Amino acid sequence: MRRRALHALPAIVLIAVLLGVWELYVDLGSVDRLVLPAPHEVGGALWENAGFLASNLKPTAEEVVLGIVLALGSGFALAVAIHLSPVLRRAVYPLAVGSQAVPIAVIAVLLIFWWGFGILPKLAVITLICFFPVLVTTVDGLASVDPEQLKLLRTLDASRWQTLRFAELPAALPAAISGARIALTVAVIGAYIAESQTATTGPYAGLGHEIDADLTALQTSRAYAAAVVLFVFAIACFYTLALLERRLAPWAYRSRGELR
Amino acid sequence: MLVSGVSRSYRGRDRTPVRALAEISLHADTNELLAVVGPSGCGKTTLLELICALQPCDAGSIECAPAALMPQRDLLLPWLCALDNATLALRIARMPRSQARERAAELFAELGLQGFEQAHPHELSGGMRQRVAFVRTLLSGKELLCLDEPFGALDAITRAEMHTWLTDALRRDRSEIGRRTVVLVTHDVEEAIVLADRVAVLSPRPGRVVAELEVGLERPRSRTDREVVALRERALIALGSESAR
Repeated sequence: MRRRALHALPAIVLIAVLLGVWELYVDLGSVDRLVLPAPHEVGGALWENAGFLASNLKPTAEEVVLGIVLALGSGFALAVAIHLSPVLRRAVYPLAVGSQAVPIAVIAVLLIFWWGFGILPKLAVITLICFFPVLVTTVDGLASVDPEQLKLLRTLDASRWQTLRFAELPAALPAAISGARIALTVAVIGAYIAESQTATTGPYAGLGHEIDADLTALQTSRAYAAAVVLFVFAIACFYTLALLERRLAPWAYRSRGELR
Repeated sequence: MLVSGVSRSYRGRDRTPVRALAEISLHADTNELLAVVGPSGCGKTTLLELICALQPCDAGSIECAPAALMPQRDLLLPWLCALDNATLALRIARMPRSQARERAAELFAELGLQGFEQAHPHELSGGMRQRVAFVRTLLSGKELLCLDEPFGALDAITRAEMHTWLTDALRRDRSEIGRRTVVLVTHDVEEAIVLADRVAVLSPRPGRVVAELEVGLERPRSRTDREVVALRERALIALGSESAR
């Protein structure tokens, strides 16, 4: 436990320094409080609105977690399909790359037309944004198997499917999870975009929705407080995935020599 | 196994063809251990890949039973434990896991690997990894085993242990399976003589057979046996090595 705490110390010191600079910057009157609230005001808003923020975090967290799971699943499946079929690769890859450039606002209306204002259009947005890093890393991971290893499997009469099962899929697993870790950082922004674009009604409609509403109502400190919640949530998710990788693919973790 | 007049070239760095093997002819009788020695880069690995049908011959022909390859590096899969690595061929042949593990467990006990069945490759020493790779090759059920410098990466002491061990393992294996022919590729002349029934000496690239030596000595043999040393000198002369003098 003490080691853990020691491990987090550099990050804590850095955050404290940044908060101090921020506090000074606002206190010296350099900027209007409606544009940038001071950290102590954000802290106050966080404290006063704890219940409200927690209730809004719930739908956003659901969107992010389910979205990552869907992105991991679809990205992995598509990567395997592309790996097995060069034709499919040539057909799908440019589309997948291009899909990342489409502004969500363009398709938001269509998504609402299809699925209404529930969680589905938001999941679609997050999955669309997040499957791509998983796809790219997994395709590379599948292709990373030592050619000598593939030769060996051939002399053991392994079928295409068995080569995939015994060598390529396990080799790609840590890559896919790394992809998901990259995806995760954009998933949180994705959730904000999704909530803002496929607007929802109701009191607890998610942190993204809330941030939009607060900014319009000039409740800047609460918007910042919501951003702080997203900030912490993203960090928590990132390290959860790192733990998951260690459990699912311990060999990859070891070979990087990070084992303590 | 019969290799007759086989040639093989591959494309070199500047796209000019490089001849790896030039009209090479070799044979290995059933249950024989043929060692192929030659300097680095004389096409020894290419020869084994041709025998294992991993590459086509440019010219000539190879007649042999289906062959299993034990590569230079052990190529154990890091996500499988030792036992699962050893039984890879059985699993590929769709044998149920528990049954496959039972078969390998017997060999593990014979080869001094007991207690390490569940260990992952990174937890094993180099010699142990090679032994697991050897069990994997044995369990392929192929009549012909192609061993590509199996002990090249080991230190001298471990290597000597592995020689004793391999001699034993093959003797036991033959008495059980009946037929097992082995082609061992190495650049270590002593290793070839200590292990093999017959030694074929290859020239530098493009590889061709420059000498064949019958070993015909009692086993176990030691590097320091007078006959082994004498044969070694003959092999080194055939290789054109200075150290023979």
